[in-house]
Amino acid sequence: MIGDWWSYLTDPDNWDGRNGLWANIVEHVTYSGIAVGVALLIAFPLGLWIGHTGRGATLVVGTVNASRALPTFGLMVLLFILISPHFTGKTDLPYILPVEIVLLLLAVPPILSNTYAGLQSVDPAVRDAARGMGMTGGQVLRQVELPNAYPLIMSGLRSAALQVIATATVGAYIGLGGLGAPIYDATQQGPFQDTESSHLATGELLTGAFLVAALALLIDLVLATIQRYTTSRGITGRYRSSSDLVAPSEVAVRAAEGRTDLAPGGQQVAAL
Amino acid sequence: MIDYWSSNQAEIWRLLWSHAWLSVVPVIIGLVIALPLGWVAARHRWAYPPLVGIAGLLYTIPSLALFVALPGILHTRILDVTNVVVALTVYAVALLVRVVSDGLTSVSADTLQAATAMGYRPAGRFFAVELPLAVPVIAAGVRVATVSNVSLVAVATFVGTAQLGTLFTEGLSRTVNQLPPILTGILLSLVLALVLDLLIQLATRLATPWRRAEVRR
Amino acid sequence: MIRFDAVTKRYPDGTVAVDELDLEAPSGRITVLVGPSGCGKTTSLRMINRMIDPTSGTIWLDGRATADVPPATLRRGIGYVIQHAGLFPHRTVLDNVTTVPGLLGHDRRTARTRAMELLERVGLEPRMASRYPAQLSGGQQQRVGVARALAADPPVMLMDEPFSAVDPVVREQLQNEFLRLQQDLHKTIVFVTHDIDEAIKLGDQVAVLAVGGHLAQLAAPAELLSRPASTFVAGFVGRDRGYRALGFTTGEVALQDEPTVRVGADVGDARRVARDEWVLVVDEGGAPQGWWLLSGDPGGRADHTVEAARLNLGGTLATAGGSLRSVLDAALSSPSGRGVVVDDDGRLLGTVTAAAVIDRIEALARDGRSGDTAAAGRP
Repeated sequence: MIGDWWSYLTDPDNWDGRNGLWANIVEHVTYSGIAVGVALLIAFPLGLWIGHTGRGATLVVGTVNASRALPTFGLMVLLFILISPHFTGKTDLPYILPVEIVLLLLAVPPILSNTYAGLQSVDPAVRDAARGMGMTGGQVLRQVELPNAYPLIMSGLRSAALQVIATATVGAYIGLGGLGAPIYDATQQGPFQDTESSHLATGELLTGAFLVAALALLIDLVLATIQRYTTSRGITGRYRSSSDLVAPSEVAVRAAEGRTDLAPGGQQVAAL
Repeated sequence: MIDYWSSNQAEIWRLLWSHAWLSVVPVIIGLVIALPLGWVAARHRWAYPPLVGIAGLLYTIPSLALFVALPGILHTRILDVTNVVVALTVYAVALLVRVVSDGLTSVSADTLQAATAMGYRPAGRFFAVELPLAVPVIAAGVRVATVSNVSLVAVATFVGTAQLGTLFTEGLSRTVNQLPPILTGILLSLVLALVLDLLIQLATRLATPWRRAEVRR
Repeated sequence: MIRFDAVTKRYPDGTVAVDELDLEAPSGRITVLVGPSGCGKTTSLRMINRMIDPTSGTIWLDGRATADVPPATLRRGIGYVIQHAGLFPHRTVLDNVTTVPGLLGHDRRTARTRAMELLERVGLEPRMASRYPAQLSGGQQQRVGVARALAADPPVMLMDEPFSAVDPVVREQLQNEFLRLQQDLHKTIVFVTHDIDEAIKLGDQVAVLAVGGHLAQLAAPAELLSRPASTFVAGFVGRDRGYRALGFTTGEVALQDEPTVRVGADVGDARRVARDEWVLVVDEGGAPQGWWLLSGDPGGRADHTVEAARLNLGGTLATAGGSLRSVLDAALSSPSGRGVVVDDDGRLLGTVTAAAVIDRIEALARDGRSGDTAAAGRP
């Protein structure tokens, strides 16, 4: 079985061409990127506004709870059936739109709730001091709230990216490309027996699964690295010189261990 | 829609039951595994980063990928329901290890010292004091795990396990009357998530009577 | 000068936090607002820099109504220190201190130089400047908080329980340093605390507020102790008022000469100079070290020496020119009954008995009843 996977993965013929693995990867990244990007444009400003003003907090909680129960796969199929009759001719939109809508629905809640939670987690004394020193509302948001909320916002973005990359796989079922395509293609070729075509299908199946997991991990790693080097050391607890370190507070230690990425109410949900 | 229900009643019930079973069992197994692991992570500072780190890593693996990759690891057949249960259990453990650990850590140190001072041994203290007080946090994690499982289970359709997700593929493969099975699947999936969520909340309330006293005060 | 003119704060639910408050905080002085929780002291403070807007009445700041100044502008000209310091966790100590100069658009380099000076003044080493708040102790954070409030050199400072969250030892240090700083800076300070001892120690004048935001009494600390205006103030100011008031009374008490021996002297020498069972032991510089009990010397061998380790250290030391409270305490705490008085460098001047101090206190009280007391001075 592992052998099947390895020979499929290392065969250059499987990588090239219009339905090759490279094309699948590019498609997968594109669909996921669009969904996360649009979600960011919607959820980030909304989360900032709700977190800064404190208005509409119930909306955040409601959205997050509802999104967990969302039957993603069913919704995608439903949207496809409802949308596809309205498009005729050679366009991919009947496939792309349902998937993007579902991915967007998945990506908005974690970004929204973590942005909100991040702003809420700023120590009230810090906010009070900022206002008391004469910062305007915008200055408090930009100079104080955002930098302190940043780790939680980033973890929301990472959570969203993970779910979107994982769920985009399912899009293959309604005919969209991406890394779900080899998986779906292979499952259609069962039953799995000891024949050459079965071995090929097994290899294809495992390769697809492997690449999705690898892509998810890679993107998460990239975002985690960006987060690490763009967060103030005062928050991460990674102080410049170790000799300078005097008993950092418990908060700092926890932050250093990466415990900041679980927001209250912003818990990660298993990726589809 | 009504026609569809009456003519497929038995099949729908069977899928709903299978879906419920697949949503709940992995969380129960996951909780049983996560309790000792979470206890270790809460008890020993050094154990927290690796345990929670590995759990976080498991989370990044897409479920479909895990469903189809498990046979290679477990030597099960490729379209075996065991793969689905194991995969969902892995997710449940990954989520709950952190939750159990955070829940146990949230119990006030004063309370624990008082318990020790009154003569509880470590094991007795764990079951009589720590675990009950950690229930609210752990229950919140169990809710998240269960509700998101309901959504995840549908993906098992790809690996041939029958549950409510089967209704989606059935609808798509039809040429006419596509909507009834799909809407039924979505509706039942939402209802199932809601009912399970309420059941866990109810159980939590019954298990933590002191919390109601705190709220009333 | 800050003046409250019939200031009232009423919340939408009907609670009155501050009720028709009239109050003046003179320039260059420390005015302490003190009272139980719910007395509106913090609300009053926060109305000065418009963190809270009054329902009615006017607050004047050097002749300008604060309501006429935009909040952000007003606040940039007023130093603000709060209980948990509220330092920005994502900025270094230096960047925290230069916040207000930055908001005002001051030259960055000048601001940083001044910030370094300020850090030194509040007792922080220069290497602290590059640290983050999470790396500091509570006391250090509070010092940074004070430096940050002083950074743009505002004439007015508002301090909301700034020393409440640190342990008693550090609190006393911070209080003493704060008083020393104020001697140089002469800021107009409004200081909120729930601790009457802190109020008496720090305030040039103390405003006692009662629940519901009424001003119960505004007076100098000594007067507050000797003449509480109501049973509420008397109760709030607490016990031992007569004794604590002595902390504000100074007076010369005639000193007696006290025979002494050095550490390491022969017990025989000690026995020779002794006035009774107790002999005062001093070091080479004349600084008192403790009392030696002659009868406590086992065997009384002549070759035995006076050992530092066996001295009785029970007596407190009073500094000449200090309060009568400290002199009386020195006498009461001394094992010999003779209180040790030293000069500013810690050298022995002489001793005094409790009876002599009491005589002095009574004489002062007689004079006071015919004239005016109000002896001012810090404990």
